[in-house]
Amino acid sequence: MEVKDSMTKRSGTGVLKRISGPVVTAVGLDAHMYDVVKVGKEALMGEVIKIKGDQVIIQVYEDTSGIRPGEPVENTGLSLAVELGPGLLKSIYDGIQRPLVVLVDKMGNFIQRGVSAPGLDRGKKWEFTPVVKAGDRVGPGTIIGEVQETNIVHRVMVPPNMKGGTVKEIRAGSFTVEDVVATLDDGTKLTMMQRWPVRVPRPVVEKLNPDIPLLTGQRILDGLFPIAKGGTAAIPGPFGSGKTVTQQQLAKWSDAEIVVYIGCGERGNEMTEVLTEFPHLTDPKSGKPLMERTCLIANTSNMPVAAREASVYTGITIAEYFRDMGYDVSLMADSTSRWAEAMREISSRLEEMPGEEGYPAYLAARLSEFYERAGRAKVLSGGLGSVSVIGAVSPPGGDFSEPVTQNTLRIVKVFWALDAKLSQRRHFPAINWLNSYSLYLDILHDWYDQHVSPDWNKLRAWAMEVLQKESELQEIVQLVGSDALPEEQQITIEVARMIREVFLQQNAYDAVDTYCDMTKQYEMMKAIKKFSDLAYAAQVAGALPAQIMAVPSKNELPQIKFIKDYKPALAKILDQMDTEVNALRSGT
Amino acid sequence: MKEYRTINQIAGPLLFVEKTEPVGFAELVNIVLWDGSVKRGQVLDTSDEIVVVQVFETTAGIGRDSGVRFTGETIKMPVGKEMLGRILSGGGKPIDGGPEIVPEKRLDITGAAINPYARHSPEEFIQTGISTIDGMNTLVRGQKLPIFSGAGLPHNDIALQIARQAKVLGSKEQFAVVFAAMGITKEEANHFMADFERTGALERAVVFLNLADDPAVERIITPRLALTTAEYLAFDLGMHVLVILTDMTNYCEALRQIGAAREEVPGRRGYPGYMYTDLASIYERAGIIHGVKGSITQFPILTMPGDDITHPIPDLSGYITEGQLVVSRELHRKGIYPPINVLPSLSRLMNLGIGAKHTREDHKKVSDQCYAAYAEGNDLRGLVAIVGKDALSERDRMFLEFADLFEDRFVRQGQNEDRSIQQTLDLGWDLLATLPVEQLVRIDRALIEKYHPKFRGQKGAAPEKAAAR
Repeated sequence: MEVKDSMTKRSGTGVLKRISGPVVTAVGLDAHMYDVVKVGKEALMGEVIKIKGDQVIIQVYEDTSGIRPGEPVENTGLSLAVELGPGLLKSIYDGIQRPLVVLVDKMGNFIQRGVSAPGLDRGKKWEFTPVVKAGDRVGPGTIIGEVQETNIVHRVMVPPNMKGGTVKEIRAGSFTVEDVVATLDDGTKLTMMQRWPVRVPRPVVEKLNPDIPLLTGQRILDGLFPIAKGGTAAIPGPFGSGKTVTQQQLAKWSDAEIVVYIGCGERGNEMTEVLTEFPHLTDPKSGKPLMERTCLIANTSNMPVAAREASVYTGITIAEYFRDMGYDVSLMADSTSRWAEAMREISSRLEEMPGEEGYPAYLAARLSEFYERAGRAKVLSGGLGSVSVIGAVSPPGGDFSEPVTQNTLRIVKVFWALDAKLSQRRHFPAINWLNSYSLYLDILHDWYDQHVSPDWNKLRAWAMEVLQKESELQEIVQLVGSDALPEEQQITIEVARMIREVFLQQNAYDAVDTYCDMTKQYEMMKAIKKFSDLAYAAQVAGALPAQIMAVPSKNELPQIKFIKDYKPALAKILDQMDTEVNALRSGT
Repeated sequence: MKEYRTINQIAGPLLFVEKTEPVGFAELVNIVLWDGSVKRGQVLDTSDEIVVVQVFETTAGIGRDSGVRFTGETIKMPVGKEMLGRILSGGGKPIDGGPEIVPEKRLDITGAAINPYARHSPEEFIQTGISTIDGMNTLVRGQKLPIFSGAGLPHNDIALQIARQAKVLGSKEQFAVVFAAMGITKEEANHFMADFERTGALERAVVFLNLADDPAVERIITPRLALTTAEYLAFDLGMHVLVILTDMTNYCEALRQIGAAREEVPGRRGYPGYMYTDLASIYERAGIIHGVKGSITQFPILTMPGDDITHPIPDLSGYITEGQLVVSRELHRKGIYPPINVLPSLSRLMNLGIGAKHTREDHKKVSDQCYAAYAEGNDLRGLVAIVGKDALSERDRMFLEFADLFEDRFVRQGQNEDRSIQQTLDLGWDLLATLPVEQLVRIDRALIEKYHPKFRGQKGAAPEKAAAR
């Protein structure tokens, strides 16, 4: 098995021959691909990415200024791996899992180089409660005990690359991640920590079809373009169209149990925002601070580019680890374009033959490998878990025909197209309802039938139809003005406007509107449909569109969004609507 | 220090030096010419066979007989308190006739990344006195907010007005200004200098001038010198620093020039593939650090070639910076100053710096409503051009008029007009009052009753429906 070779040590030292930014060349080094090496006198961390005759080419995760040819390179013989165990939650790491909190203590406010720090705190003790006893059989992935990590229970498992055996001894008590908590009959010692190479997917029993929606509390997502638990989605959009806000909304409100958020080559202040905001927000399901279920990876745009390349793998490996415990995990990567650019930068330093727009020819392969690590699965411990992956894409100039967007769209099942035009008029979330799609609609159909309402799917289809019709009518309006439309179509335009302004627009910064559960979504859509039905009937009975549009109850409807206990208010509006619109029918 | 006379090739700003002893990556290099004059450069690529050196000045006069000295250290900037009030060249040498800078510290100009965990979230509202910024695209201390402009537009005046008027309410401290000019003309530079002198800002400013006729490659280090100075002023001396970088377009051209000379695989429009990372290493040097007093707020200015916002320079900048102010040729032609088009403009940190705690509770919703109404009115202009005003519905006509009013009263203001945030928001309400109340769907009832001119001051006289909340 591929994983095993990370255990067989290669060692030895070589000598640096060439330094060109983050890419260096060493000679005389016994190394395999993706071995982690220590470069130069300061022992900067690097990874072997190419072997050419006697020359070993290494990408370095730290700044290489001042490093000279002739300095030593040492092979650690290990693959780039993350440490998995209690302590991951509430943490913030850089791209190679160095805890940023520890780095501040060790080297101050700025990121300096040559400092290493383990991913998990070695000194901290965790209360371990066994769930198996001496004499039990355990296999790869079996849960042997539990730790109350935050409000989340951390399930300690046999590493998937161990064969397991019969438990000889297992202890309850307070331990560090390196302490032995269990011994097997063949002498294998188990701790609460395991290491896993980031570039290798963690094994599962089998992948299942994703047939439960990942509810996000965002009306346009849950209502019109849902993603399933274990599904994949892409959010491409030009700058300023709201990618990051959407990603953060998902990190806040999606009903996953664990959230891994990767800030890949993005702004430092954005991560700070997450760090300041999340501890004060509560999970609508558990009532606990959102930070307790979150693991952050921050490799901002000015941190070393090679570590940016690694950050995405670090993140997904952590996500898979929690999936293996039987949790639903959602992973946000913001932005995958920066990851692709890091690949391009490294590739061009390697003087590889470029593919489209200078990106390496293996771009598509890397992207699909990454998204394929998502999924809902039967995990080794016997339960069910999922990793949903939501990747932001930042196409240059907002042009969706560029390679990263195109290669991503070939893989992902949900496409949330952000639109600069919408964001300019402060229609948020600025997701274009005509261009976006979700391929999970069919598979989730039954779920909505059973859990929301049997007429939800019909309502959804109705809303999409109205929006589609509006876009056709708008073309006519652009030519002749709205007053020239037949009365019936004027009402259609008005109903579409209501769908847009009442249902689709959602204020992420309003304390109530930021999260909207499925019942409220259903009630809101039903109210709009009701108005639509009443309006058409009144128009047929002779009421003028202008009269219909002016009914006060209709204009009250948007206020529902901002009311927490909305049901009495909504009932009142609907009653009023009946009276007012029907009065128009009889009045003429 | 050893001097090598082994230059093998000179191509554009690059020297290829052979048979050296081990040379460190990114080391500072001195090149000694036949007449004894010295030029500076930096190691771009080093191996035991050949070292590539990028020269920061013109390579005129350099030959295979020139001497090359490797200094053994990366480029450092001498910084000190007395830099305030000084004018330096784009390479950091005093050009105001004054004495050399006596360094209190020598700092690496590359600058390390601020640990995201050490960052403090920016939240202090900066009042610039310009309505389109304060009301619609609010600036906060520690933000990086570029001005996207075009050739011939008054971006310099806007930048100067901001530098003049910017203040944090309730704080008496003035901003220190670090001004870095890259490839701008002497005339433009004079315009800035005259204003700095007139307002007395020069005393608390450090000016770096790389003019249009100075070596293009020097532009690569100018913003880094400026930001190193800014970091010293902010994080060592505890000052609040405003950094103006103009014109980033010239910086990117220099970057492309070097990329081409190195025969690199080019990215979009010939700019290097690492331009995003490179720009980030400049823009990300803004912010606030926990427990440290000072701050860096950045105002990069760039001219969009052909007014094209999708050009790689504005595009990559927009992905890194926290918003952008877009200067519009159309508004400029209409004679409106400042011609900031709010529609494509954005301040990402706005929500952190507004609201009851910082400005006023209605700020967010007034701004959203103005945006939505102006966008709608603006769209209708296209329609009017085809069908005429008469074909519009009454509702549409009101929005159309709103757009005109908005430009004329909200956007337009004098170069020395310093509006308070209250004035700006009240102005917004006055304009929104021209629309029927039921069209203000983005504002909740409670705020309408409190601030709408129609209800202002009449307590309890609100319509009964409002009770729903």
